[in-house]
Amino acid sequence: MSVLREALDHQPETKAFWSELAEGRFKLRHCRACERAHWYPRAICPHCASPETEWRPASGQGTIYSYSIARTTAEPFVIAYVTLAEGPTMMTNIVGSDFAEIAIGKPVEIAFGHQVEDGITLPVFRVV
Amino acid sequence: MSINGQAYIAGAYEHPLRRAPDKSLAQLHAEVALGALADAGLSKDDVDGYFCGGDVPGTGPFSMVDYLNLKVRHADSTNIGGASYILHVNHAAQAITAGKCDVALVTLAGRPRSEGVPKGGLKRADSPVQPDYAWETPFGMTILNVYAMCAMRHMHEFGTTSEQLAWVKVAASHHAQHNPNAMLRDLVTVDDVLNSTLVADPLHKLDCCIVSDGGGAVIVTRPEIARQLKRPLVKIRGAGEAVKHTAGGAIDLTYSAGRFSGAAAFAEAGLTPADVKYASVYDSFTITVIVQLEDLGFCAKGEGGRFVADGNLIAGVGRLPVNTDGGGLCNNHPFNRGGITKIIEAVRQLRGEAHPAVQVANCDIALAHGTGGMLGTRHGGATLIMERE
Ligand SMILES: [Zn+2]
Repeated sequence: MSVLREALDHQPETKAFWSELAEGRFKLRHCRACERAHWYPRAICPHCASPETEWRPASGQGTIYSYSIARTTAEPFVIAYVTLAEGPTMMTNIVGSDFAEIAIGKPVEIAFGHQVEDGITLPVFRVV
Repeated sequence: MSINGQAYIAGAYEHPLRRAPDKSLAQLHAEVALGALADAGLSKDDVDGYFCGGDVPGTGPFSMVDYLNLKVRHADSTNIGGASYILHVNHAAQAITAGKCDVALVTLAGRPRSEGVPKGGLKRADSPVQPDYAWETPFGMTILNVYAMCAMRHMHEFGTTSEQLAWVKVAASHHAQHNPNAMLRDLVTVDDVLNSTLVADPLHKLDCCIVSDGGGAVIVTRPEIARQLKRPLVKIRGAGEAVKHTAGGAIDLTYSAGRFSGAAAFAEAGLTPADVKYASVYDSFTITVIVQLEDLGFCAKGEGGRFVADGNLIAGVGRLPVNTDGGGLCNNHPFNRGGITKIIEAVRQLRGEAHPAVQVANCDIALAHGTGGMLGTRHGGATLIMERE
């Protein structure tokens, strides 16, 4: 079992995120009490501490808040923080884009079907 | 209850080795402990409080207290990464103020160089039980690239340049040339940094700290004991600590926990940044120094790049001498943690025991500040302000 699979198994509260994403649906955790979305997803709202949180479909749209091109690996890759249209900023990768296209403020959208180890799909983004 | 004036740093010792393949981790802790005790003029049997971070072998203080055969009535193994030891001095001063111990020992040691632990490219040894693990580690997050994202955002918001980042390394090399124990003693120029390999945009290889074996220790004690010892008196004036994190997704990479730990330390000390003659500021990467100098109030937010440029951190040249031992960028970075060396060089400066080429004249107030963990996700900040009495 991969370490990532082990990590997911430790977090029953976010199980639905991964199964939905694998089927092409990107969902965010929202709070019914304060109506705010948060990241990373939690059963308990980090803004107001309410346990009344739920999954809601997300637009999959965002902009690059910051990024770096990691060059110490065999294949350089882009790690980024993307600020989602719904508000929260999340860590991710920017895939399928020329490095020259990557810039802070660039609009990005979720890219589904990005499978990694153990058949797990990651929420990554591409430049629009 | 304030710790201002309630405790003194009576002993400080930095292990001379930067590579220690023939010494165990426990042995390194013991050697720095005994070094600091000898520096203070105390013996191991005087120690009644022990403070350690996540670098000790075993669970919390158990194994090292056993190895050294100490008899302690107070122990604290709070782990906030590389900033732990600065926090420990604060906690030791609190314990002394509360009457819980009289002579506190703080140690850090490690042998990452001998054990072949790679530097910042390393994936974090985080646990899959951590709630944040699955949201960061799978994206290839490393210490290096997450600090690089902080630098990228700082450049974007404030116009900070790679040349300005490079000046932090240049200053460290100017200091390290005078330190016979420093791992890197060659002077480097801004161009050397810019021409070194780009490892994670915008950071170059020479923007990154070294990996070294070794360690250090300090002794904190109450005023009555400190005054009996034949050492210059280094009084603790104030300390602060804070944790900064991702705030439910409200991420702001432009500042660190130092904004809060620094303010708390200055308030307790009754001092301002203008009073500080020397500062030890954690330097895992060049950007780390720039962000923390802003957060500590040495310049306005966004002005850090301009503040560090043109040799302004070089002793005898600039407006604020920083890391006159060569810092983690050139001198020493045991266990990939910087906290203890930051305290030790500040103590040397206050005692007038720094290398003459880097000794700050009339150094009466010094600050040591550390960041432990990840600047770009969650980390601890600890600030300590000391005065030569
Ligand atoms: Zn809420």
